[in-house]
Formats: sequence, structure tokens, C-alpha cells
Amino acid sequence: MTDTASPATTRKDWASDQEVRWCPGCGDYSILTAVQLLMPDLGVRPEQTVFVSGIGCSSRFPYYMNTYGMHSIHGRAPAIATGLAVARPDLDVWVVTGDGDGLSIGGNHLIHALRRNVDITILLFNNQIYGLTKGQFSPTSEVGKVTKSTPFGSLDHPFNPLSLALGAEASFVARTHDLDRQHLQETLRRAHEHRGAAFVEIYQNCNVFNDGAFDTITSKQNRGANLIPLVHGQPIRFGDEGERGVVMDDQGRAAIVDVADVGEGALLVHDEERPDPSLAFALSRLAPGPTAPTPVGVFRAVERAEYAEQVSAQLAAAQTDAGPGELSQLLTSGGTWEV
Amino acid sequence: MTDTAAAPTSSGPINIDKVVIRFAGDSGDGMQLTGDRFTSVSAGFGNDLSTMPDFPAEIRAPAGTLAGVSAFQVHISDHDITTPGDAPDVLVAMNPAALRAELAIVRPSGTVILNSDTFDERNLKKAGYVEDPRHDGTLAGHTVYEVPMSSLTVESVKDLGVKPRDADRSKNFFALGLISWMYTRPVEPTVAWITKRFASRPQVANANLAAFRAGHAFGETAELFDHPYEVKPAHLPSGTYTNITGNTALAWGLVAAGQQAGLPIFLGSYPITPASDILHELSKHKRFGIRTFQAEDEIAGIGAAIGAAFGGHLGVTTTSGPGLSLKAEALGLAVSLELPLLLVDIQRGGPSTGLPTKTEAADLMQAIYGRHGEAPLPVLAARSPADCFDAAIEAVRIAVTYRTPVILLSDGYLANGAEPWRLPDVATLPTIEPDFATGTNHVDEDGNETFQPYKRDPETLARPWAVPGTPGLMHRVGGIEKADGTGNISYDPRNHEKMVHLRADKVAGIARDYPATEVEGDEDAAVLVLGWGSTWGSIGAAVKQLRADGHKVARCHLTHLFPLPHDLGDVLRRFERVLVPEMNLGQLSRLVRAEYLVDATSISKVQGLPFTGGEIEAHILDALRALGPSDGAQEALARTEARLATTPAPPAGVTLAVAGADAEDA
Ligand code: SF4
Repeated sequence: MTDTASPATTRKDWASDQEVRWCPGCGDYSILTAVQLLMPDLGVRPEQTVFVSGIGCSSRFPYYMNTYGMHSIHGRAPAIATGLAVARPDLDVWVVTGDGDGLSIGGNHLIHALRRNVDITILLFNNQIYGLTKGQFSPTSEVGKVTKSTPFGSLDHPFNPLSLALGAEASFVARTHDLDRQHLQETLRRAHEHRGAAFVEIYQNCNVFNDGAFDTITSKQNRGANLIPLVHGQPIRFGDEGERGVVMDDQGRAAIVDVADVGEGALLVHDEERPDPSLAFALSRLAPGPTAPTPVGVFRAVERAEYAEQVSAQLAAAQTDAGPGELSQLLTSGGTWEV
Repeated sequence: MTDTAAAPTSSGPINIDKVVIRFAGDSGDGMQLTGDRFTSVSAGFGNDLSTMPDFPAEIRAPAGTLAGVSAFQVHISDHDITTPGDAPDVLVAMNPAALRAELAIVRPSGTVILNSDTFDERNLKKAGYVEDPRHDGTLAGHTVYEVPMSSLTVESVKDLGVKPRDADRSKNFFALGLISWMYTRPVEPTVAWITKRFASRPQVANANLAAFRAGHAFGETAELFDHPYEVKPAHLPSGTYTNITGNTALAWGLVAAGQQAGLPIFLGSYPITPASDILHELSKHKRFGIRTFQAEDEIAGIGAAIGAAFGGHLGVTTTSGPGLSLKAEALGLAVSLELPLLLVDIQRGGPSTGLPTKTEAADLMQAIYGRHGEAPLPVLAARSPADCFDAAIEAVRIAVTYRTPVILLSDGYLANGAEPWRLPDVATLPTIEPDFATGTNHVDEDGNETFQPYKRDPETLARPWAVPGTPGLMHRVGGIEKADGTGNISYDPRNHEKMVHLRADKVAGIARDYPATEVEGDEDAAVLVLGWGSTWGSIGAAVKQLRADGHKVARCHLTHLFPLPHDLGDVLRRFERVLVPEMNLGQLSRLVRAEYLVDATSISKVQGLPFTGGEIEAHILDALRALGPSDGAQEALARTEARLATTPAPPAGVTLAVAGADAEDA
């Protein structure tokens, strides 16, 4: 919750005294910095903020924030955060998870948190690998991935995290990456502003076990050609000169075209507020993985009743209708007799 | 039995001190409702009572089959009782399957009332009868009344324009009317109840009323019954009473505990038999600020409760055995976080789906030890339906005071069983102090005031509960081992050992608050019966009976299973024999043997049904006989044998499992 009356904070107020212990060069560092720098801008207070995480490299995140925090158990952060956010709608609750934590062991909690639309901001650091357990394939690793547990190549078809989130009725779905602080912060700001469950996939480089997994699209030299920025109300186009764009083909699929071939007017205009998720879904399917032109930004941001607010409203309505509960009344409510 | 000197209708009721009635029929026959109504009326009348519903796992098994039999046993008396009765005096069987499933447990020379309309070839076959049991000697020794309940019900409603098929649905009210007459129950409360309950469907209300009245009139006028019986009100301590099931009492105990602690309740729960009724009950009480959250799974249920506890709410999660297994990892987290949390386990027959609608108490070891690492937490057990209220408050007191997850055990028998409960004066309930941290609690080497989330209260070893929103107390908790005091991540070997000990010492210290362990009965007895949980009623009935015969017997019943009371070892060592009846293969007996080197004897029953008093009595008798002669023992034994000869109990060790239990399960 924004508390405008409170004194402004600086990055220092948001950094804990704990030594940060990710591998040198890990993408997690830049995400942490981006978040610590963003928080003062959001006008929120550290004591009103809670970071909840599961298990994995990304889940160390709460230790480094000078807020309330819980480094919980594998996969369960969305469930724990849901309980906290429902009990305490006054708090600003963030979930930090990874592709293994959030999509494998905790997949169930993630989809249910999204469908309930409880007001939490979920950051899923996707590095397409298990880092903490030293390099097994994850549910977002590409087919054929050779790892310690798949010496002959992984047979598992990966999840597309955004398609999954959209299928789970998410009201806010976005993607960003660890190499563009401005885009990262802008996306997180939008996610934080969203009332309801906000899901942000952050492509994050694990330089130890899966280095360069996103290079094709996120490195400075490739970004222009392969990152497709989504801007609400704007035609979707990309390329160093904006020479490429996205259209809806006659099969209802999003497809990449040369603008010169189709003309500007044929380009798909991004609409993150579209009530049905089909456009966002088509965009989420545009790239088979981070190896080809990939959209980043806010895919979907629609208004839907927030869960904790409705829970509180039911309590308030019950108390307005019949007054606050009286224990002695409750005990006699089943009928009594005197001896 | 017919008294030819008096017209049947003019005989006054005969007084009896107690009766055990079992209503049995198809799951669609409304036997639970019938039993429930009979219970309520008897409670209002002032009897002491105890009930036990016994329903099949299937929601609707095929009609007329053994698997579909649903039963409700009620014991009413004019004196203090603690069990639903060993063997029914009266069985009301609405169809052949009900008769076949339940007859074995009816006491010898008991009364059997049959809905004779259902004893046709088809139903007999479905029940697995080759011969009609009414004519082949199956019922020999019992007093049998054949009443065409279905057709009399149809007849009674025919003027109301009810279709015959719908009319048949009212036959349970016919049975209720008949039994109400037989036991001289007041009529008005049931009439009022039917009118209110079916107010929105006047035709159904009228049909049920007509059937109820017809059943009552049938008892009075049919020359089948010699006279009604009466069970006078019991002499209970004065006060206001209500009839309550264990699950309702437990839910209300939670409401009370929340109020006493000034904490809003957050219940995270996933539906599971037989615990779901607590979720249902608490979901109704939003006026008390209670948030109920039906989670996506058992793990999310406890996870959400942990999140709420971190936020300063009273986090509760309810489940049964399989759910306890699923929640084990999260319990480990709660132990590590040292946050107040209550897990309620309504035990049922296991392992796996086991006997989901039947009772068992085999989760004790899982509750105490079923976690990874050294993860001690307090475990309590309720002993009777009404005691679930007090047990819930005590469990919350411990959780909040010591910042620890607590497991409260109940079971299917307590959950669904009911008894009269003298309402407590709410002003006398214990207060619980959450004592939230509001400021710093430490001065560091540089003289700065800081907050240490793991700096403990020197007495209780509890850590401060600092909730988000409190300025200056921001801190991080987690499952990784924490440095003593600061709570920062620590992999230091000695710190880990220290923290393991601190957590264990904190939980062990909870026993300091317990009242002295109570021994009831004869202090100088040689035999002590040690129990926990729902065996309380049956042990009480057995000990009371044997002491009435002149035997010396003592009993002790534990609420706190972990940590065990400090004085328990001394108590147990005072007796030559310690018997431990349990609905498991001897879990508490093993614990006390390990803890105190006491030669405790396990008495085990795992049939999905509670012990009867008679079964426990038989085991105590065996122990008494084995001890050899002592003062007065021979006379007492002679009295017991004489009593057993005149009022034969069902033979000890009889399989009480209903015949339908071997049909397919859930
Ligand atoms: S293993 Fe990979 S993801 Fe984990 S900290 Fe190291 S670089 Fe980062």
C-alpha cells in the first residue's frame, strides 16, 4: 500500500546487512539491484513490505531486502503469500520464485494463486535450469538439453510460463529480462500497481549452469533484432529500424512479418486490456523459446475482483448484518436446556 | 410378556435406567436424521447421552446392499454415561441389509424392530440372505417386532396428495414416532422441528408430521407392544446444556481461543473426511472475523496458515491422517520459523484412504515424530466430544505462548459423536497473551538498539512475534538454520547443535505448565489403565463398573502426549500393572515403555470402531485375575461373574465391524 505521508526512502533503506551470496556474474544480482532501486520510487514502506520465496537460487532474494521476509520451502511461496495477503490486505506482498520452484514442485500453488487473483506480485526468475542443486534440467529447459540428470538429452517438453499463467486465468502477465534495468523496473512497477495477482517472468542468466541461454534475444547486440517490445495501443514492431512486425495470420496465430511486405496498417496493435486472453496467448506462443524473436513487456493487464478484498468484504458484510460475533450466543445457538 | 390383566394402551411406562438404540437403514433412509432427532429430544428431556453415527464411505452405495447401510447409535440414561453403549438393546432395521449388517452386535435377547415391508425376495437377495431371517432362526432369542412401516407411512399421508414414491421417504419419521412412543419421548419438540425444518416445503413437512404421528399412534394402539418405557432425566450438575459433536466443539473452541487471544483466526484447509465439518462450521462465523480458506491442496492449507501466522493471525489448519503426511514438510518449516500454528488431525482408519469414515487413533507416532530432522512440537488429544472445546483452547494457548506449531488430535468417533455439554461461563475462559513485539530487544556492541528475531524469552524460550507492519522490526525468517539471536543464516556446526537443543528445550519446557497428573479411582490399586484420546469414555465405563463390583482399579488419561507430563513416570511406577488401550497397535504403550522403562501392556483394537466398555473390562479382569488373590478380590470377582452371567455382554473380542465393512471401500 502506498503511504504518501511517510518520509521518502532510498536504496539504502531497502538493502539488508546480509552478504549477497549468488555466484559472481549471476543475473540475480542485477534483478536485486533493480528492485532495491525501484522500491523508493514506488512510495512504499519497508515495514509494510514482505518478500516470500521458496527454494532455489532466486529464493535467497528476501534475505537481501531490508523488509519483512520469508524464505520458505520448495514451491510453497504462492500458498504462504496467499495466506499472508488474505490475512493482511494492508501489506505489500511479493513472491520470488524460479522455474523449478514455481513451475515444477510448486506448479499447483502458482496456478491457484493466479486464478484466485490475490494481490501478490510474483517474480519468476526463469534460468531454464536447476542452479542450486547444480545443474539438472528444469521444466523450462529445451528438449534435448544435456545435463547431469539427462546425459542423453532431456525428453521433457518444456512449459511456456506465460501460456501457463494465461491458462490459469492470470489477470496480469508480463515478461522482462535481467539485462535491461529500465525495462525490468518499468515492468515491475506495472506489476506492483496491478490489483490482483501479477505474474512476471524474468529471463535470468545462470552463468554457471546455463550461461547464455537468453543471449540470442537479450544481449545488447541481439536485442534490437530479437526482442519484441509490447506497448499498449501501439502496433507490434521490432528490429533495429522497426522493419519487422507481428500480424495475426489467417489461422489466428501471431506471426512475424516484414513490415514492408504487409504495410504498417496490417500490424497487430497490442491491447493488454483485452478482456479475453486470446491475443496475449497468441503472443505468448510467438516464439518457441528464447532462441527466436520474443515479445517482452506486459502481455495482459485486466481488472478482475481481487481475492483478499472480497474476503474482507464478506467479513464486513456479516458484521454489518448481524453485529460482531458473541461467544456466549454462539454456544447456545444449537439449542439448550437447563438442569 | 403380554400383561393380560391390563389393556395394552392403559399400561403406564416402565422405568428403565438406560437404553441403547441403534437406527439402521439404507444411506438414503435418513437414519442419521432420525437418530439425531431422537438424541435432541432426549437431551432436552434431561437424559445423559452419548451417540455414535456409523456411516458408509460411499455417499450413496447401491440401495439395499450391505455397503449402503448407515447406522446411528444412541445411548440414553438416567445417570452419568460416557459411551454410546456396548451392545444395542434395540435395533431398528429398515431393510434386510440393515438387519444383516447390524444384528451381530445387538445384545443377546435384545429387541429388533423390522420394517417388514422391505423383506421381499429382491431385498433379501441384495442383502445376501438365502433364507428369510425372520423364519430361519436367525433372530432366535431376540424379541422381534415386524412393523410394515413403508405401507403404514404411505397410508398415513395418502390424504395429503403425496405420491406414493415420495410418501415412502417419510418412513424414517414413522420409525421415529414409534420409538418416541416406546421410550415416552415428548412429541412437541419433534413436531416443532419438522415444521421449522421443512417450512419451505409444506407438503414434505405435512407428510413427515403425518408419518411421525402415525408411528406414535401405532405404538400406542397396535397390540404389539405391551407398554412403553421411560428413562428418567439424569442428575447432571446444574447449568445450561447443549448437545454437541466433537467437530462442532472443536470449531467453537477455536472461535473462543481466537477471542481469548484477541487474534483473528485464519483457517487454511483442504476438504477431507472426517475433518471437513470444522471447515464448514468456521466458514459460517464470519461475524467473528474468521477467515476460512479452502486451499488447492493440503500443503497449501498449512502454507496459507503459516503465511497468516507470520502476519499475526491465529493460523489453523485442519486435516486427517493422509493430510498430516502431506503437511509434514510445512510443519518442519513452522518448527524452524517458531511461529504459533495449530494443526488439527481428526484421525481415521489408515494407512492411505483406509477406512475414511471410521475411527482410529494411529497417528500418534506420526504426530510426535513424523517429520524430517529434530522437529519436536507439542501434541495434545481431546478425550470426548465436549472436551474438544477445551482441548482446542489449550492447544492454542501453547502455540501462542511458546511460538510453536501444535498438533491437536481428535478422531472420527469424537468428531461425529455427540454428548450433552454443560456450557462454560465464557468469562472464566483462560486468556491467551500474544504479546507481539513492538520495539527493539537488543543492544549491539556499538550500542545500537536492534531487533533480534531469535532472542528468546529466558523462561519460556519463546522468540518474539514481530509482525509485518511494525516499523523497525523488519526481519527475515526461513527454513535454513538460523544463528541464535540474530536469526541470520548460519551453517556453523555448533550453532546448529545449539539451536536443535534450544528448540527441543523450549518444547520440553511446556510440561512445566501442566497440572499434576490426575489418577482417578483407587490410588492403592494394582492395575492402572492409561489412556489418551477417545478411549476416555470406554475406559471410564469399564473402570466404573469394575469398581462397583468391588475391584480396585485406577485410571489416568493424558491430554498432553508430547511433551509427556513430568510426573507421569512416577505415577506409572506406583502400579503393578499398566494397561494401555489404544485404537492402534500400541503406540502410547511403546512410548511409555521407552520413556519410563515401565512394563506397560498394550490393548489394541483397530476395527474402525471404538472400544466398548465391556472389551476393556475384560482386559482389566484378565489382569486382575493374573495378579492373584488379594483382600476382597475374590468377592469382587464373584460379583463380576454373577453380573456377567445375568447381563451377558457381547463376548470379548467379538468382531464388531459391520458385515458391510468388507464391501468395496471409498
Ligand atoms: S547457480 Fe546459477 S542461478 Fe544460481 S547463483 Fe549461481 S549463477 Fe546464479
